[in-house]
Amino acid sequence: MSSAMYERMRANPKFRELVARRGRFAWTLAIVVLAMFYGFVMIVAFNPGALGQPVAEGSKLTVGVAAELFMFIFFWVLTAVYVRRANTEFDALTQEVVKEAWKDQK
Amino acid sequence: MMRNLLTALGLMAFSAVTFAADAVAQTEKQATNWHAIIMFCIFVALTMGITYWAASRTKSTADFYTAGGGITGFQNGLAIAGDYMSAATLLGLTAMVYGQGYDGYIYMLCFFAGWPIILFLMAERLRNLGRFTFSDITAYRLDQGKVRTMAAISSLTVVCFYLIAQMVGAGQLIKLLFGLEYNVAIFAVGILMMVYVTFGGMVATTWVQIIKACMLLCGGTLVMVLAMSQFGFSYQTLMEKATAAHKLGDKLMYPGSLLKDPVTAISLGLGLMFGTAGLPHILMRFFTVTDAKEARKSVLYASGFVAYFFNVIFLMGLAGILIVGQNPEFFEGGEIGKKLIGGGNMVAMHLAKAVGGNMLLGFLAAVAFATILAVVSGLALAGASAISHDIYARVIKKGQASEAAEIRVSKIATICLGFVAIVLGILFEKQNIAFMVGLAFGVAAAANFPVLILSMYWKGLTTRGALAGGYGGLVSAVLFVLFSKSVWVDVLGNAAPLFPYTQPALFAMPIAFLLAFIISKLDTSAAAKQEIEAFEDQYVRAQTGFGAASASAH
Repeated sequence: MSSAMYERMRANPKFRELVARRGRFAWTLAIVVLAMFYGFVMIVAFNPGALGQPVAEGSKLTVGVAAELFMFIFFWVLTAVYVRRANTEFDALTQEVVKEAWKDQK
Repeated sequence: MMRNLLTALGLMAFSAVTFAADAVAQTEKQATNWHAIIMFCIFVALTMGITYWAASRTKSTADFYTAGGGITGFQNGLAIAGDYMSAATLLGLTAMVYGQGYDGYIYMLCFFAGWPIILFLMAERLRNLGRFTFSDITAYRLDQGKVRTMAAISSLTVVCFYLIAQMVGAGQLIKLLFGLEYNVAIFAVGILMMVYVTFGGMVATTWVQIIKACMLLCGGTLVMVLAMSQFGFSYQTLMEKATAAHKLGDKLMYPGSLLKDPVTAISLGLGLMFGTAGLPHILMRFFTVTDAKEARKSVLYASGFVAYFFNVIFLMGLAGILIVGQNPEFFEGGEIGKKLIGGGNMVAMHLAKAVGGNMLLGFLAAVAFATILAVVSGLALAGASAISHDIYARVIKKGQASEAAEIRVSKIATICLGFVAIVLGILFEKQNIAFMVGLAFGVAAAANFPVLILSMYWKGLTTRGALAGGYGGLVSAVLFVLFSKSVWVDVLGNAAPLFPYTQPALFAMPIAFLLAFIISKLDTSAAAKQEIEAFEDQYVRAQTGFGAASASAH
C-alpha cells in the first residue's frame, strides 16, 4: 500500500515542484555559506594583514572581528530564513502532495 | 598559493584539537573546592529528580531511545547545543583567545559554519528516514542484518574512543577543579551515567543535557558581564588595554602564528567537519523530535545558542588577558608571565574567581564537570541502542523481539558500557590520550558519514558497496592511527611511525567513498537491482516525511 502511495506522490507534478524548489533553495543557501566561509578563509591565508586593520581610524574594532561577527549573525539569519520557508511554504506543499495521494486511493 | 590556503584551513582545525586535548592533559591535584562539590551535588540531585520523573514515562522502546519523539525543537536545540559546547570548548577556547587572541575567534567560526550546512542538506532527511539509530537510514533499503552489524560496530568503535577521552578528561578535571582523586571522578561519572540512562532513557539524558546547557549559558554570560563591567562595557576600552598589556601587542588581533604541516591540518579539519555529521549520539538527537519541522527548529536554536556562546567566550578570553593575566595571584610563585596555576586551560576558572569569587568559581567548575557527565550519558545511550536496537532486535531476533526484551537488553548494554567506561578510564589514566578524540571523529567521518550520505543521496548504493565502504573506512581509519606517531611511537614505543600523518580522515574518507562507489558499480546481483529500485520510494519518504516514525504512533 505504502509503495503505491509513494508511486502516486512521485507522479504528482507538485512533488517534482517541491523537490526542485526546496533543493534549489537549500543548495543556494549552502553555497552562499560555503562561499563566504571559504572566501574568509582565503583572506586568512593570503592577506592576513587586512584582517588586523581597524574599521575606522583610532577604532580598536578590527576588520577581521567585524567580518566574523557579521558571519556569525548572517549565517544564523540564513538558517532562520530556511526554517521559516521550509516550515511554511514547503511543508504546506508537502501536505498537499500527501493529501492528494490519499484522495487518489479512494 | 593553494598551499597557504590549505595551511590556513588546517591550522585552525589543528589548533582546535591541540587545545581541546590540553583540557585532558595530566593535571596536578588542587586544594579541595567545597563550593564546586556542593554545587555539583545540587546538579546531581536535580537531575536525579528528573530521572525519577522520566523513569515513569519511559515504557516503550520509542520512549527509551528517542523520548517518544516528543521533545520540542527548542528543547532539542538546547540539548544539541549542550552536546556541542563541551568542557573543552569552555576551558580550551577561552585559553586560546587569552593566548592567541584572534586565532581563537577564527577557530570558533570554523566550528560554527558546519551547522547551517547540516540544516540545509541533512537534518530533514535524517528525521524523515530514521527512527532510533542512524543505521535505520543506511539499512533502509539494504540488507538489514549485514548493514546494521557494520553500522553498529563502527558506532561502538566511535563511542568507545570518545568515552575514553571523556572519562580520562573527567578524572583530570576533578583533580584540578574539585581537588579530589582521579578514581572518584571515574566511578562518579560511570555510575551516575548508568543511573540516568537505564532509568530515564532518552528523556533523562535530554534533560541532563538541557540543564547543563542552561547552566553553561548562564554561567558564561554572568562571568562575561561581570568582566565587561570592569571596562564600562566598552569593547574599545577593553581592546586598548588588552593590546597594550598582551605580549603580542597589536598582533593580537591579526591571524596568528599557529602552524603545522598542511596535510595533518586539513585531514583534521575534514575529520572534525564530517565527523560531527557522523557521530552516533549527535545523529540520534534528530530522532527525538516530532517531525522534520521540529528537526529544523532544533538546528536553528542550537546554532543560535552556539554562536552566542562562542562570542561570550571570545569576550571572556579577551577580558582574561587583563583580569587574569595582570594578576600575580593566578601565577605560580606569584609572578606575572610564569605558568598559570593549574595550567593554561584554567583561564576561564581564574576569571570566574576574579570577578565573582569562590561561589562563581565553584559554579563554573561544577558546570564543567556536569558537561562531561552529560556527554558521557549521550554516548552510552547511543552505544546501548546500537547493541539493543541494531544487533539484538534486528540482527539476532530479525525484528521479532518484544519491546520489553529490547528495553531490557539496552539497559543491560548500558550497564556493561558503564563498566567498560570505568575500566577504560582507569587503564588509560597515565596514557597520552590526546589522539582519542581525533580518532573518534576520524572513524565517524570515515566509517559512518560516507555510507550515511551516500545512502541518502545516491541511488546506486548497494549492500555490498555499503559494507565495503563502511568496513573499509573503519579499518583504514583505525590502521592509519595505529601506525601513526601518536600510537605507534608514543604509546607502543617504536622508533619511527609507519604512517607519517597523525590524522586519518583525509586518507580514510576517500577510501571509504571510492570503495562504496566501485563495489556498488560492480555489484550486478539481483539483490542490488532491487535495492537500487527501492531508492525511489525512500526518496519520496525522505522528501515528504510520509511514513516517517512519529510521536503520534503511541
